Amino acid sequence: MKLLQSPAVRIGLSISIATGLYGVSFGALSVTSGLDFWQTMALSLLLFSGGSQFAFIGVVAGGGSGVAAMGAATLLGMRNGIYGMQINALLQPRGWHRFAAAQLTIDESTATSTGQTDPAEQRRGFWTTGIGVFVLWNLFTALGALAGGALGDPKQWGLDGAAVAAFLGLLWPRLKGREPMAIAAVCALATVLAVPYVPPGVPILVAAVVAAGIGWFSHGRSDEGLEPDVDPYAEHHAHGRRDHPEENPGDRTGGTA
Amino acid sequence: MNLWMWLLLSCLLAYAWKLLGYLVPSSLLRNPRMSRIAGTMTIGLLASLTVVNAVASGQSLVLDARLGALAAAGVALWFRAPFLVVVIAGAAAAAGLRLLGWN
Repeated sequence: MKLLQSPAVRIGLSISIATGLYGVSFGALSVTSGLDFWQTMALSLLLFSGGSQFAFIGVVAGGGSGVAAMGAATLLGMRNGIYGMQINALLQPRGWHRFAAAQLTIDESTATSTGQTDPAEQRRGFWTTGIGVFVLWNLFTALGALAGGALGDPKQWGLDGAAVAAFLGLLWPRLKGREPMAIAAVCALATVLAVPYVPPGVPILVAAVVAAGIGWFSHGRSDEGLEPDVDPYAEHHAHGRRDHPEENPGDRTGGTA
Repeated sequence: MNLWMWLLLSCLLAYAWKLLGYLVPSSLLRNPRMSRIAGTMTIGLLASLTVVNAVASGQSLVLDARLGALAAAGVALWFRAPFLVVVIAGAAAAAGLRLLGWN
């Protein structure tokens, strides 16, 4: 009973429900992309990182090869390594906890945990969100995969449009300020230019190289783009970062000179 | 069987990224440039995936009902709709436009 009074647990549970539910769209899109039920479930159980899972099926749906799908999913999973470092510094899990924590390290569990200040709350936030999202994400993936397989022609139901919307929905929360928008625009342009000249799936990897180049040579906020898919603190913090792009010292120098 | 292989390899590599963060001394990975690249790459890949799914068809660029889905999702996100509503808006727009005869 006392556990439910913890703010981190309550945030964790609400984020689990919000995130878990969209496992339905992943499951449905995955089977209409040509993966079977068990391949879909393997992605949700073993890979367990929404963006990477959507990337994998997105490349396969577009006629891309398995290698290209793997490339996109793996590159998109890079940020989980950064999250792992943050969680390791906060919680210092030992023994098998560390291996379990690694699998549960995703946007949402990291955001819930790092958003808390009390160490006990950070711990509760991480585990509640990680386990909660894992359970619900997999349940709803199964539901979506079974329903999606029963739908018939996916185009008739606009499921290719649903995939477009899903990717835009994952991108949107990261577009806070002028710089991430510029990065998104440049990478979108690079993709469009590459499509006619390289095999399906590869334009996405071209964009990854462009994005990595921008990250290497520019000097913006170091956590740019590492916002969670669904922000557990959106209600409270929505007006924090978003309204203060001048937080970034790089932006200041431009206008005044 | 071939797809299974790449799929399982993807799962393995995804777990490897996650575990790496826990095993590598934090001073080494807490390099600001590393987190910055992880961030810009996330933005770039998601932008690219959005565009590919909206206008690419194999190796050609096609303008079809999926553009309506992109617009509808944009409007839904602008009004801060939850993720699931955004996805449904995209599907409804594409399905609706096709019903109206725009492939």
